Amino acid sequence: MTRAEAIAAVRGCLTDEVVVHANGAICRESFALGDRPGNFYMIGSMGLAASIGLGVALVRPEKRVIIFDGDGNVLMALGTLAMVAAERPGNFLHLVFDNGTYGSTGGQPTHSRQVPLEEVARGCGYRRTLRVRKREALVGALQEFQREPGPAFLLVEVSPEEPEEFPRVPLPPEVIADHLRDWLAGG
Amino acid sequence: MSIPAEAFVGELKRHGFDFFTGVPCSFLSAILDRLEAEGYRPAVREDVAIGLAAGAYLAGRQSVVLMQNSGLGVSLNALASLNVMYRIPVLLIISLRGYQIEDAPEHWVMGEVTTRLLETVKIPHRIVGDTTYLDDCAAVATVCGVERLPAALLIRKGAVA
Repeated sequence: MTRAEAIAAVRGCLTDEVVVHANGAICRESFALGDRPGNFYMIGSMGLAASIGLGVALVRPEKRVIIFDGDGNVLMALGTLAMVAAERPGNFLHLVFDNGTYGSTGGQPTHSRQVPLEEVARGCGYRRTLRVRKREALVGALQEFQREPGPAFLLVEVSPEEPEEFPRVPLPPEVIADHLRDWLAGG
Repeated sequence: MSIPAEAFVGELKRHGFDFFTGVPCSFLSAILDRLEAEGYRPAVREDVAIGLAAGAYLAGRQSVVLMQNSGLGVSLNALASLNVMYRIPVLLIISLRGYQIEDAPEHWVMGEVTTRLLETVKIPHRIVGDTTYLDDCAAVATVCGVERLPAALLIRKGAVA
């Protein structure tokens, strides 16, 4: 499964969740499927997608929050997994598209090839953790995790190839922030 | 004279700040003690605290991040490519280790450059004084609330107790 196929499968299961996208290809491939209310595209600040999502999840416990994260991002701020586990937000789903590489910078390897990140999350104390490889397993796990209280961590193994076309998210950053803040305020 | 922590935190709340996170410093311990009752959320690192605070802002809060000045270096990319770029305001409360005082060697370099570093990255800041703190708080609240940018209050040893 490519990351784009995995993202498309997940996008097909969404309703009114907040989705915080990690920087790089994850933002771009999801945006290419169309914008939606509740999406936040993190363009810089690599490593902080999960902490941004945790901030939303803690303030708005009735709203489901999903992180579209990458292995490089998770590894950059691994301590965030301990914070998520300690806070135990029931509305928090951590989805990690793991291709074992820094894709946007030339495919250099990440440590996720040696270190299973879902086991790190389990060790920290996430309530549910799972690794999936196939689309059917991904969709099944997602539906199950959306019914159960989190925090949950779902690692999706994806192939390391990167698409040739890489259009950036065209929205100005300030507009991206306003969209989510206004939508969460109900305006 | 020290500013009582209760009065200082009360002033922050009066200006609408209502989400508190950060990484501790001994210079900030009296403030942190007061913030326990305000739902303070400890973070593992200063840039992670900035991420958490940004998420809370997107969900409708006015956020504050407390840190030692050693954490400012860790936070620079988050401040530049998250707060300034998206116009996500945050009030930084930063202790001044190694600034115009005898301090441990690990604070010498950052202590000397903290204020200049903030000027370089264009973050407005005030060194909190016992006779000026009401004005200091009002000034940073305006930067956060009106300009939607980060601002910093700098805390010397014993300034808030």
